[in-house]
Amino acid sequence: MSVLVFAENSEGRFKKAAFEGVAFASAIAGGSVTAVVLGNMDAAQVAELGKFGASKVLHYSDTSFNAMDAGVFAQVISDAASKVGAQWVIISNTYTGKAVAPRVAVRLNAAFAPGIIALPEGSTVKRSVFSNKGFADFSLNQAVKVVSLTPNSYSFAEGSGTAAVESCSFSPAGNRVTVKEVKKAAGKVPLTEAEVVVSGGRGLKGPENWHLIENLADTLNAATACSKPVSDVHWRPHSEHVGQTGITIKPNLYIACGISGAIQHLAGVSSSKVIVAINTDKEAPFFKAADYGVVGDVFDVLPRLNEAIKAFKNS
Amino acid sequence: MKILVCVSQVPDTTTKITFTPDNKSLNTAGVQFIINPYDELGITKALELNEQTGGGTVTVITVGGADTEPNIRKALAMGADDAVRIDAEPTDAFFVAQQIANYASSQNFDLIFTGRESIDYNGGQVGGMVAELLNIPHVNVITAISMNGNMGTVERDIDGGREVVEVATPFLVSAQKDLCEPRIPNMRGIMTARTKPLQVIAANGNDQRTEVAQFQAPAPKAGVKFIDPNNMDELVSLLHNEAKVL
Repeated sequence: MSVLVFAENSEGRFKKAAFEGVAFASAIAGGSVTAVVLGNMDAAQVAELGKFGASKVLHYSDTSFNAMDAGVFAQVISDAASKVGAQWVIISNTYTGKAVAPRVAVRLNAAFAPGIIALPEGSTVKRSVFSNKGFADFSLNQAVKVVSLTPNSYSFAEGSGTAAVESCSFSPAGNRVTVKEVKKAAGKVPLTEAEVVVSGGRGLKGPENWHLIENLADTLNAATACSKPVSDVHWRPHSEHVGQTGITIKPNLYIACGISGAIQHLAGVSSSKVIVAINTDKEAPFFKAADYGVVGDVFDVLPRLNEAIKAFKNS
Repeated sequence: MKILVCVSQVPDTTTKITFTPDNKSLNTAGVQFIINPYDELGITKALELNEQTGGGTVTVITVGGADTEPNIRKALAMGADDAVRIDAEPTDAFFVAQQIANYASSQNFDLIFTGRESIDYNGGQVGGMVAELLNIPHVNVITAISMNGNMGTVERDIDGGREVVEVATPFLVSAQKDLCEPRIPNMRGIMTARTKPLQVIAANGNDQRTEVAQFQAPAPKAGVKFIDPNNMDELVSLLHNEAKVL
């Protein structure tokens, strides 16, 4: 089966989601796959996709592809898909993937499922719906199928191998989006891809106490997040708000600090593999959704937990 | 500007989601449907943009049955000028996108808004699909927009930050929180909404590419294990040895 995967890079480096996507695509294909890479990138690094199951990489290296324009990316990716006669196209469900994948599906006359969380069974794919309050199996009823994969959904290992890199070019048509300015949140782990997330709620009492969250996140190499009330009062930016009307995340470990666990918040985090809740109120709804609970004050518990993890990491 | 805002109705955020016994659909008994919160941001921003330039129209469009009309009237009460309802069940995202694109293709909108996703299916599919069907650029998950003539300056969320982009009309954007505060209809808006035009159009074709095979409720949690707040070493040990996440 011919499977194409879009391996996304950020400033010339692959994201973990790209490796995950290639490995996932390779599992669907039952063998090697073709990856497509956009923008300027070191050729040796591009070839590293071979370690995850790509035998070939179509590298559209034009520097204009360093900036993301969903319409342009969709043209290039569907060009690559047609080249290899792909029956499945795999895209990561990142911000870039979310913008690009629906357009690719339209261009390829494909059936599309966003944010799937497991390998397909035949032409049926599983994804969460109603903000993690339920799951749905969707059947994809077109010859070509485009799916985007929720990051951290598929376990994979690095193997060996080098992909053959073919340099490709493509001139996109139509009106363009031009990137003027990038405001990177410096040095931070992107929330949607993070394997560990430390999240704070109103129990932190104010933005001046956020070092408690940040210190623990630093120790764990984790991303920081917050509840809706916290972003509503601007203690933290909305980009950190997880929940039904914020970001939905799926880390391996979610540590909720001083968050009561309203149904809308749980919706955004309940797919986390393991949830730790820390709250003074033993009746807090979060304890019904958590795997491990600590009834205590975040101001006492967090520094202690931080020290315990540091000691563990040094042991 | 001539602006189109795509609106869907979704279960209220406090809804406890359950499915029908055959697991084929949402159990709608007792569920209150609201305008998708991100779509409300689109309506509000569209109105604000036109108020700044002192002209233009805001049309809202939805694909759905007559049961969506109370929410359409709410969009009109917020200040939209007119509404279009494509009379069909919104069976899959491509079908919905095609109906919207079909209507929009003859209308020459300068700007189209969607929400960044609907909070029911969370797909975020319709915006990109409409843009592709109309062959116009789109900027996803936007937190700010300003217009200077036909040139838009738009801020969008990206992985690990934000980005400012420029794009010329016509284009499509999908609204993210931070874009604006949703407008609450006032009494005058509610009164005038009753008489604003609401056009009902039959659906065109039935090109549906996906279908729900079955819904499932999430597996229940095994139950929380409480740990002594004075013994964080135990928590670390459980996370390492039992949960295997450290």
